[in-house]
Parts: sequence; structure tokens; C-alpha cells
Amino acid sequence: MKLLRDTWLMFHRYFVIFISNPAWVIIGVAQPVLYLLLFAPLLKSLVHIPGFPSGGAYNVFVPGLLIQLGLFGASGVGFALIAELRAGVIERFRVTPVSRLSLLLGRALRDILTLLIQSLILLGLAIPFGLKPTAAGVLVMLGLVALIGLGMSSLAYAAALALKDENSYAPLVFTLSLPLLLLSGVLLPLQLAPQWLQDIAKVNPLSYAVTAARDLFNGNGGSPDVWKGLAIMAALAIVGIAIGARRFSRAIA
Amino acid sequence: MIHTRQLRRTFKSRRGPVEAVAGVDLDVLGGQTFGFLGPNGAGKTTTLRMLSTLMPPTSGQATVAGFDLRREPGRVRERIGYVSQEGSSYEDVTGRRELVIQGRLYGMGRAEAQRRAAELLESLELVDCADRKTKTYSGGQKRRLDVGIGLMHLPDLLFLDEPTTGLDPQSRARMWDEVRRLRESGTTVFLTTHYLEEADALCDRIAIIDHGKIVAEGTPDELKRQVAGDVVLVGTDGPTERAHDILKGQDFIRELTEEDGALRLYVDRGETAMPQIIRLLDGAGVTLATLSLHRPSLDDVFFRKTGRSLRETAA
Repeated sequence: MKLLRDTWLMFHRYFVIFISNPAWVIIGVAQPVLYLLLFAPLLKSLVHIPGFPSGGAYNVFVPGLLIQLGLFGASGVGFALIAELRAGVIERFRVTPVSRLSLLLGRALRDILTLLIQSLILLGLAIPFGLKPTAAGVLVMLGLVALIGLGMSSLAYAAALALKDENSYAPLVFTLSLPLLLLSGVLLPLQLAPQWLQDIAKVNPLSYAVTAARDLFNGNGGSPDVWKGLAIMAALAIVGIAIGARRFSRAIA
Repeated sequence: MIHTRQLRRTFKSRRGPVEAVAGVDLDVLGGQTFGFLGPNGAGKTTTLRMLSTLMPPTSGQATVAGFDLRREPGRVRERIGYVSQEGSSYEDVTGRRELVIQGRLYGMGRAEAQRRAAELLESLELVDCADRKTKTYSGGQKRRLDVGIGLMHLPDLLFLDEPTTGLDPQSRARMWDEVRRLRESGTTVFLTTHYLEEADALCDRIAIIDHGKIVAEGTPDELKRQVAGDVVLVGTDGPTERAHDILKGQDFIRELTEEDGALRLYVDRGETAMPQIIRLLDGAGVTLATLSLHRPSLDDVFFRKTGRSLRETAA
């Protein structure tokens, strides 16, 4: 009960900060939109290549873009935490009886909300280009994005609390997120990759999310790959929360 | 309100364990304003962080606000307020919101938190900027808001970590008034400071920590007497050698130094030492030019106890 109340209080705090500067939603969604406008058209001529998944260029590409949004959007959240850390706000909360887990969850829920708003914007923009979503597919997709957001932003917060400094946090995040992106099959389907690359990609949890997302948009909503993707992202979220919460309750020297 | 016995905190470093706090015994009674002084790196902040539940002690016992620090940190948290050196408000949030959420985190209802926030904004003279983001605040306003945040839930004990560092003289005087008001209201205040005159002006008792250990503890007057006694400056007509010879070896003089053509005598009680000095010098035919009595400052105490001047370490 206390956890729920504290999480709500924290969520509310960060939501208010967020709506006082909503430009970040647009900035966050700008990058995937650029991919949509300037990259996706290239795929149109590739759809007939053997191995390219069926469903059309946009139905293949946009689900991956949503995963990318989740990855990049959530990994940037550590910057605001470092600013708060420096201002003494986190210390101040840790001296109150507030639930430590809520310090993490309240923020992560706000990040999820941001991601969902951005996802809907992106989906809306993709429809004129030829994306044909189904209502059920979009709903499960949003659930998948929420799980990625929860896992990735928890991990991002743990990293921010451990490093306490933008100058070490930024290189870490960029160094990690690029291989995660390339090995997820977001830009081009991994079915086109040589076997060794496909094997490496199997270690990347996000590749399962991308496969699940493509199935959701291409009429395979009930496929085992969807469940697998959801289960792996749920596991990632649980691991992320465990690591993040531990960081929030530990001494921050 | 605070009782610690052999409180210790060890950090691991590449060159082996470092004892930041090496067995600290403190007793702070309810209602006192207690000053905690020490050079940077002496263990001051580590002690403060342990007492405010931010960092678990490596060993030792402590009760804070009536509860065991190690067994019931949650109960301790409910009763203490903590104002850190770095501040505690976020630039994109208004002062009022910071206060309200603080109250809510201690379990207050929305209406109660808002009422208490309004009360504090009033008494801390922050009404005019209450609904502006804190990035627009002056240094003094920000610091007062920090104190307000620490006081939101009416704690029995308030930790103030260098409450006036970096403030202009006016804001500093304003903060002193605030600490005095807390004392009058019965709140126990545990404060660290780099300014000895601040400790002198505000604190009932003072402890000095150096190299992780308490090196002096007592009321400001006790400390000054214990360490340095009083200082008597003696000026003579002409050279000081004769006076020096006469006074050297008198048991009521603890220490004798020469400085700028005058003698500086450290004595236990200046009031009784002065007539004796006059008699001795008069009897020997040395003409006194000047004779003055000085109370030692906490600076003297600090210097004697740690071998460093506090201001040098204040960087």
C-alpha cells in the first residue's frame, strides 16, 4: 500500500516536471521519425529479396522503430537523474521513509508514459506511408514497448547512480546501445544476415522483441515468437528493477 | 537525542581500508543546538551521513531520536530532518511543490501538506517566490527552502550540513535567526560549519573531529578555557627582554611567546593574572606600556586541537 502511494507520489512529481517541458517528447520522437522519412523508403525496393519478411516495407520496419524508440528513449533518462543527484534531491528522498523501490518505479512509470505517447505519435505518422496496424497488434505492441521501457530505464538509472557523472554515463550508454540496436534487426531484418551474425544476435534480448513486434504487425499475433518476446522483455524488466532498486537503496557516496 | 558509542566507518581503498570515522562517542541532548566541527576529510560528513541513515556504520552503536540507528533506521527517518550541503531542491520544480511532496512522503494528506507548506513559506519569507521554479531563487532563498524541506514534517532533530556556506552576510544572519528560532521551539539541531564564530554564536555544545576521532567536546566557553585559557598581551617601554626573563618561569603562565615587540602570555584566568603581572614587572622596575586581555576564539581552540586553522581547510 505504501509502495503504491509512494510510487504514485513520485510518478506525479516527475509527470509534473515532464509536462512543464513537453518538448522532450518531440525531441525523443524526432529520431525515429527521421528514420521513417529518410530510411524506410529504401526498404521498399528490398521487399522482394529472398528472406525479407512478408507484410510490406512499413509493416516490417515500423515495429522495429518502436523497439528502437524504447531503447534510445529509456537509455537517455539517466541524465535527469544525475542532475537531481547533483542537486541533492536523491539524498533528500533517501532520508525520508519513502519506499526505495518507489523512487525507481515512479520515475520509470513516467518514462513508460512518455514512450507510449511517442509510440502513438510514430504510429500515427507511419499510417499515411502505408503502415497497416491492427488494434490488437498495437495494444500488445504498446505492452511490449512498456516492458522495454521499464527494463531499460531501470538499468539506465542504475548506471546513472553508479557513475554519478554525465561524462562517464553518456559514453557508456552510447557504446552499449549501438551494438544492441545493430544486433536487434531493427534496421534490416536479421533473416538477411549471415549465420554468424544471426547467432550473435540471439544473445541480444532486443532481437526477440523485434521479432515479436514484426509478428504483431503482420498477422501472426498468436505466434510463439510473440510470447517469447514478451516473456524475455518481462524478464529484462524484472532484472532491471532488481538492479535499479538495489542501487537506490544503497549508500550513494 | 543522539548517543553514539565507538561509531566507526571504514572505507575500502586501493591501499587497504581507510578509517574515516574511528570510534566516535557523541551525546547530544534534546533541545540543544550542537556544533560539529572539523577540517575537510576529518570524518565530519561521514558521521553526519551515518547519523542521518544515509550510510550504515561499519561498527559501533548509535541511537538517534530514540531509536537504534542500525536496527530501526525507518523509525529514525520519521523523526529526523536532513539538510545536506549540496541543497535539496530541483531547479525545475517550484518551492511550494518541493515542500508539499516532502510532507506527502512523510505520510501527510494533501491538504495537511499544503497547509504546512504555506506556513513554512510564510515563516521563511518565501511567499513571493513560492510558485516559481527554484532555478530562479537567490542563494539565500534556496537555502531557506532547503531548511523548510527539512522541517516539513516537524522533526525532533534537524541535521544542518554547513547551512551558511556560500551565503552573503545578510542571508547568513537570516539563517542564524532561523537556527535560533528552532532552538526556541525546542527542536534539536545538529549542525556542521566551517565558521567558528557561527558555532560560537549558535551552539550550546561543540565537538571537534579530526582524523576520525573527537578531539574536543564541550560548551564553547569550556573549550576555550580548556585549550587556551586567556591571552594577555604585555607591551613594555623599550626592549622586552627583561620582562621576558621575569615572567618566564612563573607557574601561572602556561606559555609565553613574543610577537611584534610585545609578549603574548597564555594564562588560565586573565582576570587574576593581570594584577600579578603588574606587581611582578613593577617590582622589578620594568615600565609597562600596554596591558590587554583577550579571550581566546574558537579559532585558537581549533588550531591547538588539530594543528590547522579551520579557515585554511575550508577550501
